[in-house]
Amino acid sequence: MRRQLAKVRLATVWLSGCSGCHMSFLDQDEKLLELAGKIELVYSPIADIKDFPENVDITLVEGAVGNEEQLELLKKIRKNTKMLIALGDCAVNGNVTALRNSLNNSVEEVLERAYVENATIKQNAPTNVPRLLKRVLALNEVVKVDFYIPGCPPPANLINYVLNELLEGRVPPLEGRFKYG
Amino acid sequence: MSREIIISPVTRIEGHAKITIHLDEEGMVKDARFHVTDFRGFEKFCEGRPFYEMPGITSRICGICPVSHLLASAKACDDLLAVKIPRTAELLRRLMHMGQIIQSHALSFFYLSSPDFLLGLDSEPSKRNILGLAEKYPEIAKQGVWLRKFGQSIIETLSGRRIHSSDWIVPGGVKTPLSKEGVDKILADVPKAIEIALNSIELFNKNMENFKNEMRDFGDFQTYYMSLVTKDGGLEHYDGNIRILSPEGKVVADQLDPSKYFEYIGEAVEDWSYMKFPYLKNVGYPDGAYRVGPLARLNNASHCGTEMADNLLKEFKKLGKNGVVQNTFMYHYARLIEIVFCIEKVKELLQDPEILSTEVQAKASLNKREGVGVIEAPRGTLFHHYKVDEQGRITWVNLIIATVNNNIAFNKAVAQVAKKYVNGKKLNEGMLNKVEAVVRALDPCLSCATHAIGRMPVRIQLYDHNGSLIDEIARG
Repeated sequence: MRRQLAKVRLATVWLSGCSGCHMSFLDQDEKLLELAGKIELVYSPIADIKDFPENVDITLVEGAVGNEEQLELLKKIRKNTKMLIALGDCAVNGNVTALRNSLNNSVEEVLERAYVENATIKQNAPTNVPRLLKRVLALNEVVKVDFYIPGCPPPANLINYVLNELLEGRVPPLEGRFKYG
Repeated sequence: MSREIIISPVTRIEGHAKITIHLDEEGMVKDARFHVTDFRGFEKFCEGRPFYEMPGITSRICGICPVSHLLASAKACDDLLAVKIPRTAELLRRLMHMGQIIQSHALSFFYLSSPDFLLGLDSEPSKRNILGLAEKYPEIAKQGVWLRKFGQSIIETLSGRRIHSSDWIVPGGVKTPLSKEGVDKILADVPKAIEIALNSIELFNKNMENFKNEMRDFGDFQTYYMSLVTKDGGLEHYDGNIRILSPEGKVVADQLDPSKYFEYIGEAVEDWSYMKFPYLKNVGYPDGAYRVGPLARLNNASHCGTEMADNLLKEFKKLGKNGVVQNTFMYHYARLIEIVFCIEKVKELLQDPEILSTEVQAKASLNKREGVGVIEAPRGTLFHHYKVDEQGRITWVNLIIATVNNNIAFNKAVAQVAKKYVNGKKLNEGMLNKVEAVVRALDPCLSCATHAIGRMPVRIQLYDHNGSLIDEIARG
């Protein structure tokens, strides 16, 4: 019997973002189904797996780091992942998620607007929830990032190109292949 | 760069949503809560931006249904300009909207929920996803992928990109007209899209036999329903006025001006969730709970206005008392009927003689200081409300996001399923997935409300009557 090659263990995660990068990941369409033979999806918002696992080969991280819970998760991801990829502009540089950083007291101001001014009754910011960070952070402000795929979102064919190159053991140059926004 | 790793000893929830179940002294379920655990603050940080940037910024609220935010935002901006956009611009916006609803509903049904239907609610968790589905039922997975692609391609044909088409939907209309090649390309795919959509309905009906208990127990409760309808009470997604249906199925308010939403909708806050709790003001909180989205739209609409969807709607209405289907599980069915409707509408729009007109944008400068834009997003009624200064800089924003309207219903549904399936002090995986499945039926777009797809990470915690944590189960 022919020996079967071990599948590459892939995880996808999103932190503070819009999930557009995950949608672009799904926009690989039939090519995503083709990838299924080569990868094992070990953790993802579109899969049912309990905790972020150990020994992950590649993790695509969408979104910036916006609250304390995400900060801890990102550190755990780093610890358990060989190649950590920042997927999309929020992960790469904070993008729209980091727009609140320009406010003086970003946490108080965003909470005040949504839960006090723009509420009708019980006007109080929730407290029994993960605390927002004072500044939204890009991934590389927290952990070492091994590869960056910019774009808002990165187009599906770029994600597919990168994944296939990585599966072949090559780290692809992205010059001329991407744009921000 | 340092690689400091801290594993906190404090219990950390990994996801952005969690569920807590609270027991009484006898160990019976007293209450259950659906918590949303992230927040980004668009309503504040948009302040000071020029109003015409708003479609582009608010599109980034959600990558699953960015077109919804683009449209609601552009409509609020049209209001600020005080313009009526050219007819062709409206046709093209509607066309993109139909494409989006098709892709979003296909995502919900095929990518997120069909693994439950076809592989089973208690099947192996590591395989219960679209790739697992592709292994076992490759043809069905391929059809789902194709249908979602059909919707996304409409968006791409119009704007040149599939996600965040913010260069195309602009205040006053759209940026570029549609080409003849574009029309032909989309029309050529319509028959296959219809075939897949009808197959999906057959597939759903066939599988319903296996889910009799779930259909009975999953969020079968009464609420009000809210949606936009046309002037004659038909199904509407882009324009129209608000209709509210009572839990008994009576129209209690009709043709309400959506830009006056604040007169009839209030928003409450609970300490344990970042997602607010909208309610009907005249009924009060929390009794004024209402549901939105596909189920609400089909309950509210007297007709669809397209041939196949009208026939399907008649069958649908037979499933509920007084024509009102209360069961949360039937959101799935409603979603599939809407897919058929949207494909029929795509064809109708493309055959409109003015679809190729190049008059697609009204140019005007700021004429008003306050604007409201309201549409039916895939998951329900979406409100964008802006105020600007004399220079057109945003001074205030309020958003009521489609998914958020269903917040009280989420909590009711979760409590109902918990009361049914949790008795005692232990949780198990099957229980977890049943609770998730009812949430999945409501198809929360938590990137809108926070972020997450629908099969979002969930942690369920069980509390005794003293408020002590006695069991916990998680899924990432």
